[in-house]
Amino acid sequence: MIVPIGWYLILAAALFSIGLVGVLVRRNIIIMFMCIELMLNSVNLTLVAFSRMHGNLDGQVLSFFVIVVAAAEVTVGLALIVNLFKLRGTTDADSVDALRA
Amino acid sequence: MAVVAQAEAAAGAGEFWVFILIGALALGSALAMVLMRNSVHAALMLVINFFAIAVLYAVLEAQFLAVVQIIVYAGAIVVLFLFVLMLLGVGGQERFTERIRGQKTAAVLLGLAVFVLIGGAAASPFLGEGAACNVPAEIRAAAAGETCVGLTEANAEGNVRGLGFLLFTDYVWPFEVMSVLLVIAALGAMVLGKREEDPADLVDQGESGVPAPFEPDEGSGDGSSTAGGARRADTDAEEGRS
Repeated sequence: MIVPIGWYLILAAALFSIGLVGVLVRRNIIIMFMCIELMLNSVNLTLVAFSRMHGNLDGQVLSFFVIVVAAAEVTVGLALIVNLFKLRGTTDADSVDALRA
Repeated sequence: MAVVAQAEAAAGAGEFWVFILIGALALGSALAMVLMRNSVHAALMLVINFFAIAVLYAVLEAQFLAVVQIIVYAGAIVVLFLFVLMLLGVGGQERFTERIRGQKTAAVLLGLAVFVLIGGAAASPFLGEGAACNVPAEIRAAAAGETCVGLTEANAEGNVRGLGFLLFTDYVWPFEVMSVLLVIAALGAMVLGKREEDPADLVDQGESGVPAPFEPDEGSGDGSSTAGGARRADTDAEEGRS
């Protein structure tokens, strides 16, 4: 039973696509944000898979940095969402249309 | 030798079944997260997905990242998400009408196209027997195409040691920038999360609604100073005792 690295890449591509569809389809900002986290995770999976493929740890270091950036991003993003909720009373992305003509 | 080959074969089969089960779990929980109407349920599906990916990291010989994934993602990030969900008290009233006609169909088609293109382009060179890290090295070397090197050598002194060595030699500058980034993110969240400063929130104004100006009455200066002196003496005495 072989498990080529390609299978991990296909799984990561599937997770990335699911996250992308989620960002485009869902209207709740918090859930869109979760989908972005899902996409970041799938890219991390790719990096770790390639790290094993090529036998060096640089991919894992980059993956670690991505996790740190994701943590920082979530902190600021959720603070923004809370502020938006205070302003609009909803987390619906369609409600943020102040610049709409 | 036969025993070693047998053990390697068993490990290979183990990786196969772990990949099938955990991969299906990751895919299923991701789909469920996108399809769930209730945002709290979606967040819980996200936890399952993060755990599944942590297991895949462990299988891919990235033990440190597997633990970090559980601590940072499943432990901190999802808790933040749930905290905000509970704070805002939103559940299940999301509108599912489309603002742009045909947006959902287009999004799903785009997602499929991205899957086929990225998956096909990235994965096609790595589907051969040589790219499978769970087959014995001799077969890997003999197979055509890309060859999986594996992390046995890089992880010889342990995964954490190897990662730490890289972090503090080759990647020390990005590492420092990361620390600055985290501080900035924490400050940014504090600034964004701060309430608009309103004196009404800070001062108990009594009946009038206007904070009473501070008016020292006659002799209070003397009294307060003696009180302060007495307190000072008290603390001094306590310190002396202790």
